[in-house]
Amino acid sequence: MKPINQRAWLLVLPVFICVAFSAILPLMTVVNYSVQDIIAPERRVFVGTEWFVQVMRDEDLHAALLRQLGYSLAVLLVEIPLGIALALSMPAQGWKASAVLVIVALSLLIPWNVVGTIWQIYGRADIGLLGYTLASLGIDYNYTGSARDAWLTVLVMDVWHWTPLVALLCYAGLRAIPDAYYQAARIDGASKFAVFRYIQLPKLRGVLMIAVLLRFMDSFMIYTEPFVLTGGGPGNATTFLSQYLTQKAVGQFDVGPAAAFSLIYFLIILLLCFILYNWMQRVGTGDRPGAAP
Amino acid sequence: MIERRFRKRSIFLLLYLLFALLPIYWMVNMSFKTNEEILASFALLPRHGTWDNYKVIFTDVSWYSGYINSLLYVSINTVISLIVALPAAYAFSRYSFLGDKHVFFWLLTNRMTPPAVFLLPFFQLYTTLGLMDTHIAVALAHLVFNVPLAVWILEGFMSGVPREIDETAYIDGYTFPRFFLTIFVPLIKAGVGVAAFFCFMFSWVELLLARTLTSVNAKPIVAVMTRTVSAAGMDWAVLAAAGTLTIVPGAIVIWFVRHYIAKGFAMGRV
Repeated sequence: MKPINQRAWLLVLPVFICVAFSAILPLMTVVNYSVQDIIAPERRVFVGTEWFVQVMRDEDLHAALLRQLGYSLAVLLVEIPLGIALALSMPAQGWKASAVLVIVALSLLIPWNVVGTIWQIYGRADIGLLGYTLASLGIDYNYTGSARDAWLTVLVMDVWHWTPLVALLCYAGLRAIPDAYYQAARIDGASKFAVFRYIQLPKLRGVLMIAVLLRFMDSFMIYTEPFVLTGGGPGNATTFLSQYLTQKAVGQFDVGPAAAFSLIYFLIILLLCFILYNWMQRVGTGDRPGAAP
Repeated sequence: MIERRFRKRSIFLLLYLLFALLPIYWMVNMSFKTNEEILASFALLPRHGTWDNYKVIFTDVSWYSGYINSLLYVSINTVISLIVALPAAYAFSRYSFLGDKHVFFWLLTNRMTPPAVFLLPFFQLYTTLGLMDTHIAVALAHLVFNVPLAVWILEGFMSGVPREIDETAYIDGYTFPRFFLTIFVPLIKAGVGVAAFFCFMFSWVELLLARTLTSVNAKPIVAVMTRTVSAAGMDWAVLAAAGTLTIVPGAIVIWFVRHYIAKGFAMGRV
């Protein structure tokens, strides 16, 4: 395995300082708020775990959590395979590669509030390309009226916006595979699928890990795009967790419960990411008999 | 047979590119219309094309300085992120040390916090430091999500490089800094390119922190844009024009790093 070298800490230290400087203070503040009832800036009452109990019993929150889980799962199931497929089909060199790379990256660069606003028009049946096309195909589509359409629109918008992240990571990962591996496979007469399964996929494990975790946590905290596009509606169909949190913190000025909620929210994401991380590490190394070292 | 498979791939790629470009086309289309025309009827091309929306942006100093401010702090942030992340990623990929796995995972947990959580503490912190409304404040604040990202991406690429290369170089008498800069970093160019692009991108589109930490002198374009939403209604056309312009710097960045991303591994040079 890796050699033990405690001096490696010196290389990590700058990162540690940079991040700890920005991370610890906010965490302390949130913990501090979550156990107090702040009636006025100078009148605070210690309330212990009251806010946590209140948040955990909140029925609306349970519904929002379930919606959120379903949504994040859908995002991963669509974007990860699509991203890998896209990376595999992108040309490897020449002007085509450059052009495709730039086009694929474009959607990532649009500020999130603009993404929502553009799709708001884009999906309208009277003046938007998507809505108009669907309507002229005879499909009854209305993202402001139907919960299903709203949910699907938010999902498609997310796929449009974020699949490039997965694709770019995988594409760079594929380019980093030395030619020798492919030559060896050619000599062995390996099929395209075998090359993918036993060379490309294992070599992509590192970048796929970060892609899956990033897409999971970002989709779990999605706020701006659905908020601008649908405002969480119709009904509660696209009200996800972070929107619920913002309603609490900004709308009702409940700093205490909002802080408790943020902590619980963070712990849920942390737990799920930890499970995903460990699972992917095991899958990546465990089930490749004969593919050692 | 090979040709047919090739064609299938190209068709898939073309379909995706179409899917990717259509909403952007619609945005560009909107940016050449007036608000009345956008809301009046469906039209594939603007009937009376107008440059007015772009004129608004290029003649108003508070609009175009937004782009300059954003570019400044995003560049500072990207450079710092990469400089601190490169050695750290090397340490994580090559050595075991006390608490390595925990620190590695902890780094990423900083991306798992709803961004709203950072607002109040950061506001107080940077006010105390006297850095409010400066580019450096936003650049530093964005490190909290970009440094972990850069470390994770770079570590993934570094772990793909065989360890024999390091050992051979050390036997040949290379010192660590010289080996790292002249041999190792060029080997993972693809990773550096991707990490740089993602740092740029995440910092470029971040709104909440950037808006909270700035007021006039360092106000970023994403915050300036929110003024198109007012009591009088949405200014769709100007927003679309501003959105179109926000793509440009990032597209230039990816154009410059594309060689790093596409070239990848160059074993022969060692």
